Amino acid sequence: MYNVSLPWWSYALMGAGLVVFLGLLTLSVKRNHGVKRSLFASPYILWMILFTLLPCVLIAYYALTDGSGQLTLDNFRAFWDSNHIMRENMRAVAGDEVAATIPRGSVNVDTLVYSLWMAFLCTAISLLLGYPAALFMADRHMKLGSTLVVLFIIPMWMNFLLRTIAWMSLLEDNGLINAFLEWIGVGKVQLMYNQGAVLLGMVYNFLPFMVFPIYTSLSKMDPKLGEAAMDLGCNEAKTLLKVTIPLSVPGIISGITMVFMPSVTTFFIPRVLGGGSTQMFGDLIETTFLTAGDWNLGSALSLIMMVLILISLSILRKADPNGEGGGIA
Amino acid sequence: MKNFFKKFYLGIILVFLYVPIVVLICQSFNAGKSRAKWEGFSFRWYGELFQNASIMNALWVTVSIAVIATIIATVLGTLAAIGIYSMKKRPQAVMMTITNLPNTMPDIVTGISLMLLFIFAKVDRGYFTMVLAHITFDVPYVVLSVMPKLKQMNKHTCEAALDLGATPGYALTHVIVPECRQGIVTGALLAFTLSLDDFTISYFTTSPLVQNLSTLIYSATKLGISPVYYALSSLMFVVLLVLLLIVNRRTAETKA
Repeated sequence: MYNVSLPWWSYALMGAGLVVFLGLLTLSVKRNHGVKRSLFASPYILWMILFTLLPCVLIAYYALTDGSGQLTLDNFRAFWDSNHIMRENMRAVAGDEVAATIPRGSVNVDTLVYSLWMAFLCTAISLLLGYPAALFMADRHMKLGSTLVVLFIIPMWMNFLLRTIAWMSLLEDNGLINAFLEWIGVGKVQLMYNQGAVLLGMVYNFLPFMVFPIYTSLSKMDPKLGEAAMDLGCNEAKTLLKVTIPLSVPGIISGITMVFMPSVTTFFIPRVLGGGSTQMFGDLIETTFLTAGDWNLGSALSLIMMVLILISLSILRKADPNGEGGGIA
Repeated sequence: MKNFFKKFYLGIILVFLYVPIVVLICQSFNAGKSRAKWEGFSFRWYGELFQNASIMNALWVTVSIAVIATIIATVLGTLAAIGIYSMKKRPQAVMMTITNLPNTMPDIVTGISLMLLFIFAKVDRGYFTMVLAHITFDVPYVVLSVMPKLKQMNKHTCEAALDLGATPGYALTHVIVPECRQGIVTGALLAFTLSLDDFTISYFTTSPLVQNLSTLIYSATKLGISPVYYALSSLMFVVLLVLLLIVNRRTAETKA
């Protein structure tokens, strides 16, 4: 049904890998002791080297070379100054003076800063909306916890692209919200294709990622701690500030990571709800690769984003050294 | 009063989460093509859905890839977890770092890096490369769900089995695997849903000729999306909901 045309050596490689693995497996099963069981991980190690580490190396390679494979930092210069290549060409044709008149193009840096700002806003809004929700869900007197968790998970089963598209029919000029506004006499408002719409779409899609980790860490908390604080004279606000929130820090951090990361890199939401009015970094990477076909610059952009994310993760890890925040559920 | 406020707040958040979905399901029953106007109730789009060859093909691609990737990733990941668990401390820590690496990489970077790999290896992108990509992002999740079960396991059970004459292979299939069955099932389910829902990584690792549902929807948004897709997602939503209810019912019964 599907044509799979692979170079011959890839079959040889796969065959050899399979033979080696089966050999190792029989060996490790025959041995009398459990120590050699570590060999079970060998196919996984191979897989990770081939499909995770090697691709990362490739990104670094493309980022540090130009089209002809020469080692260069030009891609990073082009990130800093989007007119760099144009200026170099101009220098070759018209000399230094003309080249010097071309100003620095800041498109790439601006896009990055804008994406970070949007992701920050999205994370902050999700935290503000999500923390109370998680807090109330974890409230033992209400006995709602597990049902609500299911209710929060169910919307995530709707295809993420379609969920975002559904917002279009609510927000567009002839959409439901505008119909309602007109009915109550406010008149039409432009809701789509602006920053607010993109932000709304992001918060909508990523809010559950904020709620779950916080809920998990709150429901693990010993309720006696809160009661003790109250007995010792704290009022409710003070208990929340001094006991509950500090104890849920791992969950908050895990939530922040899980919301911030996808929101920096999303390229579907700004494209659908922003309608190209605003470009975000994920968007830029995609167009650089697939529309402009500039793999070297695209790789450099990806590398910059990866480094930024690793840095912010390591800062966040410092605040939660035991990784207690956990993931979903 | 306070409880009422709490419930009210949670209610508002849930309304926010559900409104687009309800709108989408309503629109799938709209007789007209327009998103804005209600032109009467009809099953028109559900009928057209099953006649639409490209959607049916994409559905087949999505489901078959999810099944293949889940099976391979589950086997690979379970073996890996058992292997990593029996490693010494240092290599174990290294392996866990590598396992966590894809989690910290944004989807778009994973997708692009795999695309570069396939181009570099001169493998044509399509069905096969999409399977490879899906296995790649599924495996770490399986490892991460099996690992805690292994850690909870009593170490001596396996030794006891060996002392009582079980071969290591027998001990593996009859002691270790049953002990972490719950983790394996969780990992497999997670892998399956991730694979069904993936857009970004599939987008970069396939060709326009082989589309899964997400990439098909993406290309459809450029042309203006037809209500057929609403019918499709409503159906999938309901099927998943029913499946969850059945699973829930069953686990409740086994517990009781």
